[in-house]
Amino acid sequence: MSHRLDTGGRLIDRAQKLEFTFNGKRLQGYAGDTLASALMGAGQVLLGRSFKYHRPRGLVASGAEEPNALFGLGEGPRFEPNQRATTTELFAGAKLASQNHWPSLEYDIGAVNNAFARFLTAGFYYKMFIHPRAFWKHVYEPFIRRTAGLGRAPDPETVDADRYEQLYAFADVLVIGGGIAGLAAARAAADAGNRVILCEQAAHWGGRAPVDGVEIDGKGAGDWVEAQLAALRALPNVTLLNRTQGVGVHDHGYVLACQRLADHEPGADKPRQRLWRIRAARIVTATGAIERPLSFAGNDIPGVMLASAMRDYLVNWAVVPGKRVVVVTNNDDAYRSAIALHDAGVTIPAIIDARPDSDGALAQAARARGIRIAAGSAIRKVKGGKRVSGVELCAQDSAGAATAEHIECDAVAMSGGFSPVVHLFSHCGGKLIWDEAGGFFRPDPARPPLGHDGQGFVIAAGSANGAMAASDVLVDAHAAGLSAAGAKETPAPQAKAEPEAPMAPVWMMPARAEYDLRMKMWLDPQNDVKVSDVQLAAREGYESVEHTKRYTTLGMATDQGKISNINGLAILADSLDRPIPQVGTTTFRPPYTPLTMGTIAGEAKGPLFQPLRRTPLYDWHEAHGADWEPVGQWRRPYCFRRAGESRHDAVMREVRQTRESLGLLDASTLGKILVKGPDAARFMDMLYTNMMSTLKPGRCRYGLMCNENGFLMDDGVVARLSEDAFLCHTTSGGADHVHGWMEDWLQCEWWDWKVHTVNLTEQFAQIAIVGPYARKVLEKLGSDIDLGREALPFMEWHEGTLAGMPARIFRISFSGELSYEVAVPAGHGLALWQKLVEAGAEFGVMPYGTEALHIMRAEKGFIMIGDETDGTVIPQDLGLNWAISKKKDDFLGKRGMERTAMVASDRWKLVGLETLDGSVLPHAALAPAEGVNANGQRNTQGRVTSSYHSPTLGKGIALALVARGPERMGEVIEFQGDGGKMVPARIVETCFYDKAGEKQNV
Amino acid sequence: MSEPVSALGGAQYAGMVELAEAGPRGMITVRGDLALPALASAVKKITGAAMPARRQASTGAKGAVAWMSPDELLLFVDYAAAAPSVAALEAALAGEFVTIADVSDARAVLTLKGSQACDVLAKICPVDFADLPVGGIRRSRAAQIAAAIWREEQDEYTVICFRSHARYMWDMLSQLARPGGEVGLYR
Repeated sequence: MSHRLDTGGRLIDRAQKLEFTFNGKRLQGYAGDTLASALMGAGQVLLGRSFKYHRPRGLVASGAEEPNALFGLGEGPRFEPNQRATTTELFAGAKLASQNHWPSLEYDIGAVNNAFARFLTAGFYYKMFIHPRAFWKHVYEPFIRRTAGLGRAPDPETVDADRYEQLYAFADVLVIGGGIAGLAAARAAADAGNRVILCEQAAHWGGRAPVDGVEIDGKGAGDWVEAQLAALRALPNVTLLNRTQGVGVHDHGYVLACQRLADHEPGADKPRQRLWRIRAARIVTATGAIERPLSFAGNDIPGVMLASAMRDYLVNWAVVPGKRVVVVTNNDDAYRSAIALHDAGVTIPAIIDARPDSDGALAQAARARGIRIAAGSAIRKVKGGKRVSGVELCAQDSAGAATAEHIECDAVAMSGGFSPVVHLFSHCGGKLIWDEAGGFFRPDPARPPLGHDGQGFVIAAGSANGAMAASDVLVDAHAAGLSAAGAKETPAPQAKAEPEAPMAPVWMMPARAEYDLRMKMWLDPQNDVKVSDVQLAAREGYESVEHTKRYTTLGMATDQGKISNINGLAILADSLDRPIPQVGTTTFRPPYTPLTMGTIAGEAKGPLFQPLRRTPLYDWHEAHGADWEPVGQWRRPYCFRRAGESRHDAVMREVRQTRESLGLLDASTLGKILVKGPDAARFMDMLYTNMMSTLKPGRCRYGLMCNENGFLMDDGVVARLSEDAFLCHTTSGGADHVHGWMEDWLQCEWWDWKVHTVNLTEQFAQIAIVGPYARKVLEKLGSDIDLGREALPFMEWHEGTLAGMPARIFRISFSGELSYEVAVPAGHGLALWQKLVEAGAEFGVMPYGTEALHIMRAEKGFIMIGDETDGTVIPQDLGLNWAISKKKDDFLGKRGMERTAMVASDRWKLVGLETLDGSVLPHAALAPAEGVNANGQRNTQGRVTSSYHSPTLGKGIALALVARGPERMGEVIEFQGDGGKMVPARIVETCFYDKAGEKQNV
Repeated sequence: MSEPVSALGGAQYAGMVELAEAGPRGMITVRGDLALPALASAVKKITGAAMPARRQASTGAKGAVAWMSPDELLLFVDYAAAAPSVAALEAALAGEFVTIADVSDARAVLTLKGSQACDVLAKICPVDFADLPVGGIRRSRAAQIAAAIWREEQDEYTVICFRSHARYMWDMLSQLARPGGEVGLYR
């Protein structure tokens, strides 16, 4: 039974008891506990079920490499699946739920898979579920999806209650890992005056050295760590970040690190996590090493743990996994665990050492304590179901056919040696070399990831670099810090540790284990990949490690094979009869540990999800019933609804009122780009299809802009401000693009033209005053501009004051009515609007929205970019030949629109449509034609581009692109209506209303 | 004439920093060859400030001038002085290839004061504030929008964004400056 010891535990505060629940059961831990240590202390060994066979699972590790102890944590808006118990700090009231079982953790029906394990070997899914084809979608996949998997995704309708943020930071040297290596490297770089950021994944500093009892510079490791921290904190050029996981190293020294600010105090009024986006000149990865399991039968039974993890639990949190612990190893480090456990009162029945003899300093220390060492031995099999009950021994150099001895125990500590954490070094292309002596891959200092200067920008340090003994760690890390800082040599800290006898590579236990044993040797306990699976893959021809990974799912779980990787490779290499380095590793990719989506989103959620652009009149609209619609990032009123009014009714009212009397439109979102300079006219002639250079100051002209392919890109009214200046109005959504387009041509192609552009879109509030009383209401406001029919004729603009405000008044119309657009500085926009509302009251003035604007322009046959155009439409398709200059040598799009397909006679061209029954055609409705195309689809001859009910005409009207449309006036063709019904419509002129233009010319 | 209304009506918030909308400010965009002697003297006459070096802003008795790009300046004057300043600049630079535009109403101006101002801004701006001395200005990004960040004093920043983005900028900064979000990066 796992339990808490009465004394010890350097990280816990026994004065602060914390209550929590596990599957509803009330348990207790201490402040400083992780969820894992608290569960172990509370006697909870069975923690979950595996992915495929639903085998019982318990703790294996004490850090980020943990494959099994994953929980659903929290509830409601703070529920999160797959939380690693080993790296999650305990907090009061924590609610943990185990995963992947039904109906309960103890009795899981899915465990029936375990009975069929013999048949569920590698590639089973590929082989089994391929026939019959239709079964995959309807039978196999739904079943597999229900039984496989780990945590459940949070309820999609529940919104995360926490706030998140990101932070941009810069450093000369970023050190990832706050163990003794990271501290030494950071200290070396910081003392050289470099700007240093040091981050550590855990809440505490120092890594495993204080657990191991290392002595550094004559002090205990704990004291040395505190002294380094104090020194670093005193330096203004150092930032220390604990609870911060380095998750990814990217090009150009860009590193993501996730800082957990409130994970350990949910509900605190602070951001839950902060994603650091760090740009560092040099990165030191002091990420330590991860212990490897040993592959023996039953190594997945709860109670079998990594030996160093047991030591961590004992020293840090005073918890032990059992009362009788068998230690099994191929190296000396596990002896430290045996000694520590023994000294804490735990019985160690034997240390099973696979090496033929064991007589190093640590072995002697164990023997001196009376601990039995069984050299040359192996665990043949672990006995037990939901937890360990004993082990069977055999000779390591055997097939394990017979049991030599049975030892009763309730936990097993295993150590297969250590693998440097090379992930961050490898993320950006750093290469590895095989270290024969250590039996691991370590960073190749000759082939680091290269930065912009061709120099390596990641330096591995300490155990992460393969320097396993504490004394080597500090020398290596100190040198790494100096190298990262480009600093001169200084003396490194000195550590003292017991010498270790060499480890022996043991990839299987016993060495020639028979099939029944190999079938029970887990490589990846989370995804249920066993030694036999990798061997099967090799037999079936999988030679590449990447293919084997995908075939067997080795290392594809949430832990990404942190403990299984090297063991799997070794088995594959052995099966292929090749040396391990020839087989190579799979690719290490960010993130090192999973990042929560909230952290990736940062502040960009809720109202900050996307910038919302607001006009100066936004608040007024909001207060007056605006029914919003997005236009680019702007919000514009679609219509202004009155109490009890439908959207449709509001739109109809707004159109009628504007046509009959007076309407106001907030046109502030229209793009307004100043083009100025001696070559401005020449530039304008290139930008627009029209001749703009002939436009006289004070006059306006409607213009079209095409891209190089001749496709219509934007349109709007151009006002000539002076001989060398134009104001280009663009569509609301197109302003930024058009401005960028102009600058692109000026900066990259016509860099010697003397033209400046300035985007003045937001400088002005622009209000359209539309309807028969438009002039009257403006005159009421008082202006020094003569607004008379002849004084300010159609398509002219004048500058002066209106209601005491500086104003430009453009006499332009997008509705066919008498219409003025008034631009005033944005800060005066609201005042002008309010004066217009006040002065217009006697005419029943109404604000109108974008839908009324659309209907009125469609009644007039005016095109809308994005409705009548879709990126494949040239101006000629829309009957806009009049706006294409024939006199100009060149303009953007000229050659494009002369291509064969663009001048073909059967192009779809713009026409008006009137349904015979007066109904409104669905938007984008197609007109079918005879026959089918090469893909067997029905041929079409036209498409509706705009369709509305016209309150002015009392019937449905539409604009459409129809093959040879303008040649087919009066013809009736059918469009697809709702529900498959065909709707006959007559092809008519595009202008439905006031064809002579008398209404706007008054 | 009505008083001009700024985008946020002079909003204020106190958290990790003192955040405020500066209210109406006169701003003038000038594009042209910054080496033009006539330009330097015209700018000096309007603002009292010397031509700033690259990525710098300089301050004078009547205003300030910020380097915005190799051919662009932004002048700061009193709101009421903007229109006459534009006229004066145009007169002084007649005949030169220089473009002058009043952009006072096109932007919103926010100020951040306090020792944690850098930390708050670093949450949204990919700017190395250790490399931004007093008097320096950066045209950068604040989360998803364009912004100019001007360090007027050691612990005082002026942030300029487009007027339509003012509410987004405000909501973002006031959230990120909430107590509890302390960072401790820039000390």
